[in-house]
Amino acid sequence: MKHESVETNAGLLIILTLAVISVGGLVEIVPLFYIDDTIEEVDGVRPYTPLEQRGRDIFVREGCYTCHSQMVRPFRDEMLRYGHYSLAAESQYDHPFQWGSKRTGPDLARVGGKYSNEWQVQHLIDPQSLVPESIMPGYPWLAETPLDYSDIDRRMVALKRVGVPYSLTEEEYEANVERFGEEHARMFDIRDAEDNLVRQAQAGNFDGNPGTVTEMDAMVAYLQVLGTMVDFSEYDDGHFAEFR
Amino acid sequence: MSQAATTAGAAPAASVATSEQYNYAIIKRFAIAAVLWGVFGMAAGVWIASQLAFPFLNFDIAQITFGRFRPVHTTAVIFGFGGNALFATSYYVVQRTCQTRLWSDSMASFTFYGWNLALILGVITYMMGITQGREYAEFNWQIDIIILVVWVAYFMVFLMTLLRRNQPHIYVANWFFMAFILATALLHVFNNIQVPVGLFHPHSYSIFSGVQDAMTQWWYGHNAVGFFLTAAFLGMMYYFVPKQAGRPIYSYKLSIIHFWALVFLYMWVGAHHLHWTALPDWVSTLAATFSILLLLPSWGGMINGIMTLSGAWDKLRTDPIMLFLITALAFYGMSTFEGPMMSLKSVNALSHYTDWTVGHVHSGALGWVAMITFGSLYHLMPRLWNVNLYSLKLVYVHFFLATIGIVLYITAMWVAGIGQGLMLRAFDQYGNLAYTFTESVVFLHKPYVVRAIGGGFFLAGMLIMAFNIAMTVRSGIKAEAREAQAASTEARTA
Repeated sequence: MKHESVETNAGLLIILTLAVISVGGLVEIVPLFYIDDTIEEVDGVRPYTPLEQRGRDIFVREGCYTCHSQMVRPFRDEMLRYGHYSLAAESQYDHPFQWGSKRTGPDLARVGGKYSNEWQVQHLIDPQSLVPESIMPGYPWLAETPLDYSDIDRRMVALKRVGVPYSLTEEEYEANVERFGEEHARMFDIRDAEDNLVRQAQAGNFDGNPGTVTEMDAMVAYLQVLGTMVDFSEYDDGHFAEFR
Repeated sequence: MSQAATTAGAAPAASVATSEQYNYAIIKRFAIAAVLWGVFGMAAGVWIASQLAFPFLNFDIAQITFGRFRPVHTTAVIFGFGGNALFATSYYVVQRTCQTRLWSDSMASFTFYGWNLALILGVITYMMGITQGREYAEFNWQIDIIILVVWVAYFMVFLMTLLRRNQPHIYVANWFFMAFILATALLHVFNNIQVPVGLFHPHSYSIFSGVQDAMTQWWYGHNAVGFFLTAAFLGMMYYFVPKQAGRPIYSYKLSIIHFWALVFLYMWVGAHHLHWTALPDWVSTLAATFSILLLLPSWGGMINGIMTLSGAWDKLRTDPIMLFLITALAFYGMSTFEGPMMSLKSVNALSHYTDWTVGHVHSGALGWVAMITFGSLYHLMPRLWNVNLYSLKLVYVHFFLATIGIVLYITAMWVAGIGQGLMLRAFDQYGNLAYTFTESVVFLHKPYVVRAIGGGFFLAGMLIMAFNIAMTVRSGIKAEAREAQAASTEARTA
């Protein structure tokens, strides 16, 4: 076939172009859904509780990913600075993923538990008050804005549709008890979403203001769970290397 | 410079018939929109660059904090400035090279209003905190649907115009525009598969999660660069460089190889944004390999463009528009060399997550995309309004401001990126980390200030262009009014 036939036929040009541009994506993306090793089997990784998920929504809303990654790479300096490198399994319930592409601030994949709730609240309100050299903006409105959780059940239903194992029926709940334990399974029950959210916020009192559930409660609850789900002391040093 | 310089920006003696034979009205609208979005988007860029240098500029106001405003900048420059310029030039090129009028004035008009409505809604919703959290695809799901509808209309207008061409051959620029339209549709659809919280709820959740979501997003993200910001602008290049040089394209064969190799290879390279992450190694290795291969068609295209000037190099001395076009190609060559280098895993280990990436993007975006657009718009505007460019001297001023701006910008980002990368991996004699993260932030301050100044230079050039074009358009409108008056007097006396 001479190239001239493509140059004189718009239909052919379109079909050939479509064929040529489809190959790369098909070869690189489709197998990721079928190759079992893509996501490691690992204990501890669970969906977010309603409060944590709302915190995650706020993390996305504020565009935190434009400055913070959530992906520790397997290098010695990153291990010392942040901890064990991130596993694919650890973001399997992240819709959307928030691995990020730029570290204007430090990585947050394992920030959970590194600082106290009080530190996180103070730092979010006025970062320079704790780290004078910081160039992070303040987020004082998080502490002042009551959390809107009126649509939490609808949000969880949407997440369930995309594959997060929240439960709507007794059977699904029982399956979650089996898989994540009773305490967690109760948190993943959409039927009690609102109560669960308020209860966790009040019990945790993340923002130091027990009266209202604020956006700060959700944000800090989310930050404090990041990277804490897997207990790496349970695994041998080389265990995860074989999945890479 | 005097004589040749004045002819360089002059419009050809276009007859009245040209404006009737072709739909120029739609091109005028898109071209002006491109300039306005350019001013806004680049100003937004200087603003967020200044926030990084002087964080008090966030003012504790949610709507303008860096995190919410950065997508405003990227959307305004990529889809506002770049997108409108692409609509303008592709509608111009397809009409001129097919020697036929654009199909359906109303459909074309719909693409103008639809596209810009989507962008304005995007800017407003980002500031309100409504976002999908996917880089360069932050539009929420409802806006995604508007964009999809507009894009289908765009495809229809472009295809139908191609089909009624008065030329047997489809010119090479149109292949690139067509590939850009097809690939963008594919990318937009597959990267935005979302389950909405409710029919009237602005929020939605990505159907993919974690590793698959990351791969899909960066397959999209890098091909937004590959097709939106490269293939389409190559279409621009393949028309405006030969036109402005007054010579045919250097090698037709090379353009065939350039086209097929580029569109094939680009789709493989997105995963180089995910080196060393939880993405399986095989994908990342494939992406790195194809990134290196991509150097070949990229440079083939650059050589094809630059060599078009062979035998007419003196134009660089006399024609500032040529200066824009050729400098754009030089930056294209430079950033398509830098890109494959950065996609090597060992280089990426240092460069990723740092400002080196930001500098690389801007050497492509400012050096290649914006420069080729400036050159094309300076070529286009006088022809659309059938007048001379208001001032060629100001085009020179714009060129030098833009070039100084880019050089300041990318050198500052090399220093920032490589410096921070080295600091974060440095160990002291006891094997402890030598620097805290905060120390690297302190180090970044000076490069950030220089970067903001570089951006300021570039913005100043853009403002001068806006002035130059406003004055050109004004004289065009006046000339039109004079002609209309003359015509009506003639009619009366007859």
